[in-house]
Amino acid sequence: MSEYKVKFEVFEGPLDLLLHLIKKDEVDIYEVNLTTLATQFIEYIEVMRKLDLEIAGEFLVMASTLMFIKSRELLPVDQQVEVEDEDDTEDPRWELIRQLVEYKKFKDAAAQLQVFELEQENIFPRVPGKLDFAAVRAVARPEVSIFDLLNAVNAILKRVHQRDDPRDIFDDKWSVSEKIEYLIKLISEKSRVKFSDLFGDATSRSEVVCTFLALLELIRLKQLSCVQGEHFGDIDITRAAPQSLAPENSVGEIEGAPAPILNPQLN
Amino acid sequence: MELKFILEAILFSAQKALSLKELRDLLAATATAENAEDAARPFKKTSEETLLAALEQLQKEHADAARSYRLACVAGAWQFVTQPEFSPWLIALVGQKNRPTRLSQPALETLAIVAYRQPITRAEIEQVRGVAVDGVMQTLLERGLVEQTGRAEVIGRPALYGTTPIFLEYFGLRALEDLPAADELRRIVVEKPETLLTTDPGLATAPPEQLNESPAEPADVM
Repeated sequence: MSEYKVKFEVFEGPLDLLLHLIKKDEVDIYEVNLTTLATQFIEYIEVMRKLDLEIAGEFLVMASTLMFIKSRELLPVDQQVEVEDEDDTEDPRWELIRQLVEYKKFKDAAAQLQVFELEQENIFPRVPGKLDFAAVRAVARPEVSIFDLLNAVNAILKRVHQRDDPRDIFDDKWSVSEKIEYLIKLISEKSRVKFSDLFGDATSRSEVVCTFLALLELIRLKQLSCVQGEHFGDIDITRAAPQSLAPENSVGEIEGAPAPILNPQLN
Repeated sequence: MELKFILEAILFSAQKALSLKELRDLLAATATAENAEDAARPFKKTSEETLLAALEQLQKEHADAARSYRLACVAGAWQFVTQPEFSPWLIALVGQKNRPTRLSQPALETLAIVAYRQPITRAEIEQVRGVAVDGVMQTLLERGLVEQTGRAEVIGRPALYGTTPIFLEYFGLRALEDLPAADELRRIVVEKPETLLTTDPGLATAPPEQLNESPAEPADVM
């Protein structure tokens, strides 16, 4: 037996199998011979049993329905037990045929849905790129020169100088590397920062200078870039186009060397 | 400016399919903007019926021109899509569409029953298919093709199911009315023929007259 490969058609259920049997006989569902159909159906179940296929309960229910119909046929009409309140809809033959016709229609509808499914796979919607005018404008902005930056920091220093109280004496609390870390953190939180905002909470001249040196360093390392929207407008600081240099490396690089050299100049 | 061309331009640049309401709101917003163009003003209060007529006119013009793309309405939203026969090149261009696996035969059958007969209970679906549908329904629910729409006012208050907009999108249908043979399948009235040809002449027992005459077959068969 094992040498034979038996291709057994798989049926969704008893109705599916009945439809298959009807189709095989090439008859209309309405004109089907239910007694023959019952015989074929039971033969099929017999084959399934021989092949050791699992037979779902629904098939057995259908087999018993068919046996019931067949047995009714064997009795003369006038000798059949009169079931009370029996009307046309309770004729088991009619009930089965109605069910088969209905199932057949939905099976056809399912086939139609499958056609749509396959068709839909080959249909591509138009997905245009996002219209982004803002991005175009940003590119057009000119980069700020070192002199613009110096002017800007001078203005800030003047302001801080006025605030400075010469009677207060305190340590230098800031280093350039700390400020670099601070700037990187700031720019990763908000993509665009105003130049003047960098010094908003600066308390002394040395802090302003530290922040400014950190900014210059990051510009030199191409981590940040400065743009000015209009003449004499605010200078905006943004993240520069991605470079191979990672920010962590750049911080580590400067931490050792330039900071000690710069610090004496500040004092 | 003609409404249909305005709509064409909008849909040409739109990021997603747009519904009639979205198009209407867009026209109204353009007309009432602070610096609205004179050309935009007449479309301030365009009705959805007018929009639909313009879109259908546009759709017809594109179809008549037999271009490689057409204006499609799926689940009530309009967009430009390519004709299916050009898919080989588009697959090469953008890669195979990221679609979920195709539905199985039982899933399609069950989905068809839900689509035409909604709202419907699980028991009613099983009655039509003649087999249990628990597993299949689970798949359809997980894929968002069907959803519970309520509960039937009968004993046990079983859940009622219906299809979702995802169902329409998946099969590229404009609305449920677009389902083929919708009127016929909604509520099938199967006509009962005059006589049911169920008995095989050979298999059927002898007619009752004969039986009654025959002494060998007494009435105590009952």
